[in-house]
Amino acid sequence: MTALLELRGLTKAYPGVVANDGVSFTVEKGGVHALLGENGAGKSTLVKTIYGLVRPDAGTMRLDGQPYAPAEPRAARAAGVAMVFQHFSLFDALSVAENVALGMENPPGLRDLSRRIREVSDAYGLPLDPLRRVGDLSAGERQRVEIVRCLLQDPRLLIMDEPTSVLTPQEVEILFATLRQLSQEGASILYISHKLEEIRTLCDAATVLRGGKVVGDADPRQATASELAEQMVGAKLTAPRARAHEPGAAMLTMKALSMPPASQFGTPLHDLSFELRAGEVLGIGGVAGNGQDELLAALSGERPSAAGTLWLEGRDISRLRPTPRRAAGLLTAPEERLGHAAAPDMSLTENAAMTGAARRGMLRHGFLDWGRARAFATDIIGAFDVRTPGPHVAARALSGGNLQKFVIGREVLQDPRVLVVNQPTWGVDAAAANAIRQALLDLAADGAGVIVISQDLDELLEVSDRFAALNAGRLGAPVPAATLTMERIGLMLGGAHDLKGSRGEDVAHV
Amino acid sequence: MIRLERRPTPSRFWSAAAPILAVALTLVVGALMFAALGKDPFEALRAIFWDPVFGEFAFYFRGQLLVKAGPLILIAVGLALGFRAGIWNIGAEGQYIVGALAGAAAGLAFYPSDSWLIFPLMVACGALGGFLWAMIPALLKVTLGVNEILVSLMLVYVAERSLLASAAVGWLRNPDTVGFPGSRNLSRWEASANPELIAGTGAHWGVAAALIAVIFAHVLLTRHLTGFHIRLTGAAPRAARFAGVVPGRLVIFCMGFSGALAGLAGLFEATGPAGQISIDFASGYGFTAIIVAFLGRLNPLGIVAAGLLMAVTYVGGDNAATNLGLPAAAISAFQGMLLFFLLAVDVLTNFRLRAGKGVTA
Repeated sequence: MTALLELRGLTKAYPGVVANDGVSFTVEKGGVHALLGENGAGKSTLVKTIYGLVRPDAGTMRLDGQPYAPAEPRAARAAGVAMVFQHFSLFDALSVAENVALGMENPPGLRDLSRRIREVSDAYGLPLDPLRRVGDLSAGERQRVEIVRCLLQDPRLLIMDEPTSVLTPQEVEILFATLRQLSQEGASILYISHKLEEIRTLCDAATVLRGGKVVGDADPRQATASELAEQMVGAKLTAPRARAHEPGAAMLTMKALSMPPASQFGTPLHDLSFELRAGEVLGIGGVAGNGQDELLAALSGERPSAAGTLWLEGRDISRLRPTPRRAAGLLTAPEERLGHAAAPDMSLTENAAMTGAARRGMLRHGFLDWGRARAFATDIIGAFDVRTPGPHVAARALSGGNLQKFVIGREVLQDPRVLVVNQPTWGVDAAAANAIRQALLDLAADGAGVIVISQDLDELLEVSDRFAALNAGRLGAPVPAATLTMERIGLMLGGAHDLKGSRGEDVAHV
Repeated sequence: MIRLERRPTPSRFWSAAAPILAVALTLVVGALMFAALGKDPFEALRAIFWDPVFGEFAFYFRGQLLVKAGPLILIAVGLALGFRAGIWNIGAEGQYIVGALAGAAAGLAFYPSDSWLIFPLMVACGALGGFLWAMIPALLKVTLGVNEILVSLMLVYVAERSLLASAAVGWLRNPDTVGFPGSRNLSRWEASANPELIAGTGAHWGVAAALIAVIFAHVLLTRHLTGFHIRLTGAAPRAARFAGVVPGRLVIFCMGFSGALAGLAGLFEATGPAGQISIDFASGYGFTAIIVAFLGRLNPLGIVAAGLLMAVTYVGGDNAATNLGLPAAAISAFQGMLLFFLLAVDVLTNFRLRAGKGVTA
């Protein structure tokens, strides 16, 4: 094999932090190369450099033997480098096809493009309707738009930043088949993920970054996941463990909740029922766009439901808005961090007050005590190891993983009776993900009820006492998680509700 | 080649410096415009900015400054609350007119009584009039999702062309005069007069109300949950709903509050400086206040400074028009430039300029 991309001594410093410090490695032609590291290890800066978004202070790159220094992403794309970002760069008001066209140099006509999108998305196992409006797509579906957009450009090097976090196991398999097919066709893939098992099945080389430096190369097919993780973190990892405790009385009961979709393309919720008991973690799995956002909105109170459909500790809360629900002890953390769970341009102090004002005693006759808000923000930063200069920093300045820790920490530290989290560890590194999961388990052990909505099935199996699948807006009956295997979960997610005894009529909503 | 690079955190420096740079740019380009009109640009700028404050006739102009700044600040403070939340009341001019009409009508209903209750009643009715006029776009937005910008703006012309016109020549016309349009003189009727509180300053009850409004809005925005929700809604509407903000209630609050303040400004103007409801009562304060609100960074304290500055351009502009023959439109263009440059310079708060090519996109 010959080298496609060679990095030599790449260095990039920002005020106060060296993001990349003399980074050198080589991506082989047709290779699938993993880039590993915790949040803040410098992975993002590095791939942005390769994609022409960041200019290095020092160091050189060579692509296919030629000097390569893209001035901007357009130059990178022209050289055959494509990238799927962890944060999407899509326009909500435009259709899938229009968004794809915007990212292309010479887009064909929309009709022609729509046809190509269908072809590529079918061929690569990423079903996508080119005519749908992106604003109505879930996070998972949005990511598919990004992937398909790259694939349409026949890249020589495809950079993927956490691509599988929103896919089912079956879909991951299909994507991996696609990526292997691409690599056999001669394209190289630079693959960033926190899911070490994935990297072990997919990648043939790996570079581990820590604190902006390369700390080692690994052969992911030889090394174990825990070896990789320890190399990344530089310390031994402990898996989250639940303290022994018995589930108690019913905390949160949903009775036949139905809800029309919020928008034309949203997912309606059909007849959802479950009972969550004290001390229990209920995992709700499903592919993005099957009603997760709607379920969270129904629980948070952003969209109240019909009277009598939602009960918290014997009290009907279906008609209550978010503030009284919080007062009653039902706290939630939505999936979308920037703009939903947190206000990007506001400080962490203000973001702490956003949901914590009432329960953390910041309110006196409607007036906010900013001193207490700052103290609460500082508590969260300390307890959840949020890497930031301080509570005055704007939320958008935090990396995705750090902001996620902050958002989850903000709810956990409010001592909830019931906590509902959607995608609690998306984009969070292994150590932080463990800390978040441990915090959820501790909450349950202390007698709260916890609902984890996630697409990460390993995560659900790790933390859940019971598991239910959300598919096309319908919730299967919860089953004890201990009895489940990946394969059965995959079938449940696909809409085969055979564990419930009745076969669902719905085709998988993918 | 110059590029824009997004700052990780909004720049505090540029947030404060942007208005100053905008004023400087306005001075330069304004001077060029005056020169193009064949006037000595330095003479013109002196007439606009120096004379009203320090010139020979400053004793007269200084009183005028608060007279102009009072209503601008009062209206702008109300508008700024809504603008912070992304609620665009563009129709303050209409609410100003309706407030004046409602207040004047309420007072004149008791003419010629000399009860001390009449002025407070007029003030209350002025606020109520502006509030109710603002409720039209507010309720249409909340119930039917109608755009408040269009409705509030169009209602300005309804207020001006039909309500004000019919009042001045018809139902509020002074019955004791023959033929002249316009109401009785409210500033000369003891019960309704809104006199200068401190001689020579131009400060009338409207200026006092503006001060109270500024303090109220400042405390609301910085300390109160409602103010926090206003800022949150402007910064991230979806996050605000998640936090528990009820968008409809916020629309009603912001539109109603700004409408009431605009109505108050109208009432104080009708009973004070203007003296009566006349056919040309509409002064443009409601529109200029939009500039004042933005020039003051949508911050109540900044609005005080911006209102005073804008008052200087009003008074000085009149001065320049009289003494140098500058067309009134040139003064309006000069004022408009301020907003234009401010919005342009504002980009620097969230972005930094980078020279050279290929640094970042």
